[in-house]
Amino acid sequence: MLALCLASLSQAESGLDLSLDLKPKLGQPAVAGYESAVMPDGRGLPAGAGTVTEGRAVFARECAACHGADGTLAGNALVGGLGTLATSAPVRTVGSYWPYATTLFDYIARAMPYGNEKSLTRDQVYAVVAYVLHLNGIIDADARLDADQLPAVRMPNRDGFEVAPAFAPITEPTDTNE
Amino acid sequence: MDENASAANGLLNRRGLLTLGSAAGASALLTPVLGHASSVAQARGDEPWRSGSGTPPSAYGAEPAIAALKRERVSGHPFGPAAGSSSTPLQLLNGTLTPNGLHFERHHSGIPAIDAERHRLTVHGLVQRPLRFSLDALHRYPHSTRLLFLECSGNSYQNMAPEPPDLTAGELHGLVSCAEWTGVPLATLLDEAGVDPAARWIVAEGADASGTNRSVPLSIARDDAMIALYQNGEPLRAAQGYPMRLLVPGCEGNISIKWLRSLKLTEAPAQTREETSKYTDLKPDGTARQFSLRMEVKSVITAPSGTMTLPAPGVYEISGLAWSGAGSIRSVEVSADGGKTWAEAALQSEPGPLRPVRFRIPWRWRGQRAVLQSRAIDSAGHVQPNREQAFAGQAQQAFYHFNAIQSWGVDEAGRVTNVYA
Repeated sequence: MLALCLASLSQAESGLDLSLDLKPKLGQPAVAGYESAVMPDGRGLPAGAGTVTEGRAVFARECAACHGADGTLAGNALVGGLGTLATSAPVRTVGSYWPYATTLFDYIARAMPYGNEKSLTRDQVYAVVAYVLHLNGIIDADARLDADQLPAVRMPNRDGFEVAPAFAPITEPTDTNE
Repeated sequence: MDENASAANGLLNRRGLLTLGSAAGASALLTPVLGHASSVAQARGDEPWRSGSGTPPSAYGAEPAIAALKRERVSGHPFGPAAGSSSTPLQLLNGTLTPNGLHFERHHSGIPAIDAERHRLTVHGLVQRPLRFSLDALHRYPHSTRLLFLECSGNSYQNMAPEPPDLTAGELHGLVSCAEWTGVPLATLLDEAGVDPAARWIVAEGADASGTNRSVPLSIARDDAMIALYQNGEPLRAAQGYPMRLLVPGCEGNISIKWLRSLKLTEAPAQTREETSKYTDLKPDGTARQFSLRMEVKSVITAPSGTMTLPAPGVYEISGLAWSGAGSIRSVEVSADGGKTWAEAALQSEPGPLRPVRFRIPWRWRGQRAVLQSRAIDSAGHVQPNREQAFAGQAQQAFYHFNAIQSWGVDEAGRVTNVYA
């Protein structure tokens, strides 16, 4: 009898949360296949493809008003500036400054066209990326980009960045009002 | 030299304001009391608000008492005003907290109107259990509250111009604000999802039209960041990320993603547009620093400050704000002679990690020319640099992380202007 009581007590205890963890666990399973970002190695890129030729037409319709027909509109230029970064008048564009071609897909897909964001199809985004890279002389006029090709594009300023050294957390005692 | 002097050109001992009776000031502050008026009716005529009922209580106190209490600088991108910023009018405020309606704003494609019922925050990537959270769910987790500054890394950029722009403290430095933030510690949600040991970064994404995304080192965010739900006691305003925002204390504001909808755990940064083409620091040799996330030690005198005029000779309280992304403010020094001599100011709010402080020191102005400066020192030993030091290592058209000492020139007429000294 005593053994039985102990056994049932122990069972009851095993159902208790003895860790004093008062946090509820209210997260619901995420949507299957949820994705939010394109990585430099191409992970996160969707299926689809686009050519420089297709991109020229999309660019003229959706992008040229703010960037100029050839992407050189002053103040919003996407093209040019090669060789200027170490001068007194650096011009930072996709061609002269951006280190990764995948960034173009991620940014255009999420944030462009300004005021009508997320309105382009995946194919159209690949095509516009191809056209902007071609305007910068980085890929040929007959190029076609997809999830395999885009990460392989090497940008002129790929080695132009150094990561700031310290990501250490603040080490002094934390706030008393926390 | 004044017997209460603490440094040259009029700076007084910081306890001076308590002991130096200002006869002129004291009498001017006295207001007539009822008994001094010849009749009750005359008193009512002079101060009509003393009779007749005022307005009834309001559902939400919308209007500041001073009509002039508003932003002086709201700027938009030439191709669309929704991509713009607005600054905090620092010189119109005192203490450390920024009223919610005056917190600086920087939006990349405007302020979205989010249905909080449908909004979800998804935690995914290198986790054992990809999860999504509703606002209602987050409200049930233990919260924490911290008083913190938040600063745009482009704050103070106008002082990088060759000539000092004639602007106010808020126009020059108002892309910093201070609030009491309340929310769910990020670590709570990460623990529930179960972070893979290979994860080093978190890519945060907003639900606004720009979908602004930034990669944040897990080493910074894990134990210090929160999912902020309240600001100065009230639910976040739409302009500050309602229904929820990431808040990474002490770091450039751009990584505290507003309207937060996704946190992806990754091995490496996503190299988003905001962390490559923008928010990087070009150097004279043409290479650039990336992920320079912590905001540097900085201070600014808000009174007296740019475009003000001292009405008459007398004793004035010099007062301002100081903050650092590297820790607490240890001390603030003030100079009235352009940095030749310094006196330590009183810190009138309790310093704490990544918390702004208010400093004060009395100053006697006899009508002489002066250059007022403040210099903050933080708990990591960083001393706020002068202009030459702050420019060292920056390209000519650098833009971010400028924390040089601010100089306010005072002329014989009492006019206060932005100067380079």
